[in-house]
Amino acid sequence: MSLDLARWQFASTSIYHFLFVPITIGLAFLVALLETGWYRNGDATYLRLARFFGALLLINVAIAVVTGLIQEFEFGMNWSVFSRLVGNVFGGPLAFEGLVAFFLESTFLGLWIFGWNRLSKKAHLACIWMVSAGTVISAVFILAANSWMQHPVGYTLNGAKQPVLNNFFALFTNPVFLWSFVHVILASLVTGALIMLGISAWHLRRQTEVDAFRRTAVISLVVLLLSTPIAIFVGSELGVVEATYQPMKIAAAEALWNTCPSHCAFSAVQIGGGKNDQTPTQIILIPSLLSILATNHVDGEVQGLNQLNAEYQKEFGPGDYVPNVFIQYWSMRVMAYLATLVMLFALWGAWLLYRHRLDRARWFLRIAPWAVVVPFLMNTAGWMLTENGRQPWIVQGLMKTAQGVSTSVSTTDVWISLVVFYLIFIAFGIADTWLMIRYGRKPLDHDPIARFLNDSTPSAEGGPSDEDEPALVY
Amino acid sequence: MTLGDFWFIIAAIFWVGFFVLEGFDFGVGMLHAVLGRNDVERRVLINAIGPVWDGNEVWLIVAGAVLFAAFPGWYATMFSALYLALVLTLVALIVRGLSFEWQRKFDDPRWRSFWRWGLTVASAFIPFLLGLALGDLLHGLPINSQHEYTGGFWQLLTPFGLWSGVTFVVLSLLSGATFLSLKTTGELHERAQQAATAIGVVAVVVTFGFMTWVHVGLSSGFVPEPLEAVALLGVVVAAWAARERADGWAFMAACVGIGGTVGSLFNELFPRVMISSTNTAYNLTVHNTASPPYSLKVMTVMAAIFLPIVLVYQAWTYRVFRRRLSVPKDDPDDGPAPATAPATARDGGPAATPAEST
Repeated sequence: MSLDLARWQFASTSIYHFLFVPITIGLAFLVALLETGWYRNGDATYLRLARFFGALLLINVAIAVVTGLIQEFEFGMNWSVFSRLVGNVFGGPLAFEGLVAFFLESTFLGLWIFGWNRLSKKAHLACIWMVSAGTVISAVFILAANSWMQHPVGYTLNGAKQPVLNNFFALFTNPVFLWSFVHVILASLVTGALIMLGISAWHLRRQTEVDAFRRTAVISLVVLLLSTPIAIFVGSELGVVEATYQPMKIAAAEALWNTCPSHCAFSAVQIGGGKNDQTPTQIILIPSLLSILATNHVDGEVQGLNQLNAEYQKEFGPGDYVPNVFIQYWSMRVMAYLATLVMLFALWGAWLLYRHRLDRARWFLRIAPWAVVVPFLMNTAGWMLTENGRQPWIVQGLMKTAQGVSTSVSTTDVWISLVVFYLIFIAFGIADTWLMIRYGRKPLDHDPIARFLNDSTPSAEGGPSDEDEPALVY
Repeated sequence: MTLGDFWFIIAAIFWVGFFVLEGFDFGVGMLHAVLGRNDVERRVLINAIGPVWDGNEVWLIVAGAVLFAAFPGWYATMFSALYLALVLTLVALIVRGLSFEWQRKFDDPRWRSFWRWGLTVASAFIPFLLGLALGDLLHGLPINSQHEYTGGFWQLLTPFGLWSGVTFVVLSLLSGATFLSLKTTGELHERAQQAATAIGVVAVVVTFGFMTWVHVGLSSGFVPEPLEAVALLGVVVAAWAARERADGWAFMAACVGIGGTVGSLFNELFPRVMISSTNTAYNLTVHNTASPPYSLKVMTVMAAIFLPIVLVYQAWTYRVFRRRLSVPKDDPDDGPAPATAPATARDGGPAATPAEST
């Protein structure tokens, strides 16, 4: 099989899948918050908001689930040698993700969608929290699996040089896992909050349902203000962890070809660079910042690509162990710079809120809907940084990507699947975006369910009413 | 019994669970465009599985992931061998999954009919392709000493694999029709019963052929295994009960039929997991594909804790949505017309709540 095609396919699938995943993690939590607002003080506005943003959540859950399915299958389809060798370690978290998280998420989502007057208020609220918990638990397992590829732990090598799991818990105390899990959850909250803020701003600017959308604007701003700085901090700590276990990844992210003993500078921008250009023109050097980012110390040493490559060649045999430097350098910067912009944007919003000018702030409200694009760029850049930086390894230090690919699948087959998946990704990506915009611009519903739930308190014992079915949902 | 054998049984249970639960969803998906004469009727039919289809589909995800974790060698060979068949399966799963959520999100006849027919066709393709996949395991595929598949796409279309595919489609239809008989009222209920009766006859013939092939053709001896007998009996009872208008019994028996059929396949397979048509010495077996004991122990603990919990809340879902659905009286062609479920449900049958049959 063509290695490049298989890599291209898996990278595309992962990036595409992860456009939708953070929306579901972030929005499930935010919708749960809104419904909690309704539950606690019976204010119907929160109910209407929960249903409004719930519709957006559902549009994305559908596509997040099906693209996740492609990924699960692709391990066996395109990376069967990898799967056969490490399935005993790597397959476990995937199985548990299904067993613990997907069942929870899908079952309670069904209850949430269809249960509006079948369940008591409390049970219904519990359902959306279960969905939210499911999305987070799913991240636990999948990131434990991914972190094992970055920094394998909890195994021994058997006679055939095959990693064999001997400590399951080590997968979850893996420092790479701990930091990346928190980072991903926070990034998802940022994503969800920016979507909510963008939509709220769009409505506020048109002065529709000002009272309702001011609330979601406030909620999303608060979430944004809390999660963005922590996400940035956790991300930079993750960088320190990676510098320990995957020094190549960090050296490549700075395009640092030769070891820098201390007070290493960080270049804001560079012209040129890449594998054949070890002396790019660096612009705006920030002193000591690279040392801080990579080691937490101003005088920390950062190893260079050439030295690391020589070391790896000694340990693992001849070969090129340097990942694509251009992708590393720029994905890191795109992510970090955009995160900074988001932080400033959130502060601007907070200031407007403090001055009670949020719902009349023309520029802020005009920019916010466009800011919705930003988290997707950041998330994609973040994963490119992580996964590209692992190359040429599929499991760091244990197995190279080139060794993991299926040998029995022909290049034609991969071409066919690649074209088919791309057509699907493009068509349904457009449809999803279009549906999101359409639903984001809809007025808040005064739908029959909302009315039903307001007029008649679900029967005294809090049990389901026997009177009416809710509207046909599908 | 080794841990590997035990996990073979668990893996089989997940595949059985998947076909029992999602089988009727596929059936409803295939039937809804035919049984529903107008938009509202079709919506009622889809809403009968609306709350549960997604949770049911997760059984497939877990069934696949269990192979990955417990039998990496099996998962690797099977998924790479079935490459293009799985690409088709994925396309069908994607279209189907999106059709539920997206069909109603835009009021346009072309948009809706795209998703309606997408749902119908995909619901047929998935059980067919997965039936083909499981059938191929037993029929045997060209596999070399390295456990690598050496054939191409067309070698996947083995006669027995194709027959398995057809069998799974027909049994899904039977399961779906009996499920709809159980969940609807009025005219839809009539039509669902008629469909179940007609499909029942076909299902008996097809399943009889399948069992004969499995047992006489691919194995030795004429005395059927108990599981095979139970499965065939299930289909016969389902067909008979559908004729007798005993909705509850028909659905329960159909579940036994489809579950038993999948189970029979795994039963005949054991202790092999994939047969090599090149040389029996190259067969993949439980022994040569299972994960080491420690991994299987971890999985055993996790499954012992979480599988019962999953069963409880999924069963509860069926209880919550146990009522029959009927077509809304004021028949606006579209819009959020509330469907009324008469509290006077006429389901007194033994399986009035499908929860008991999960």
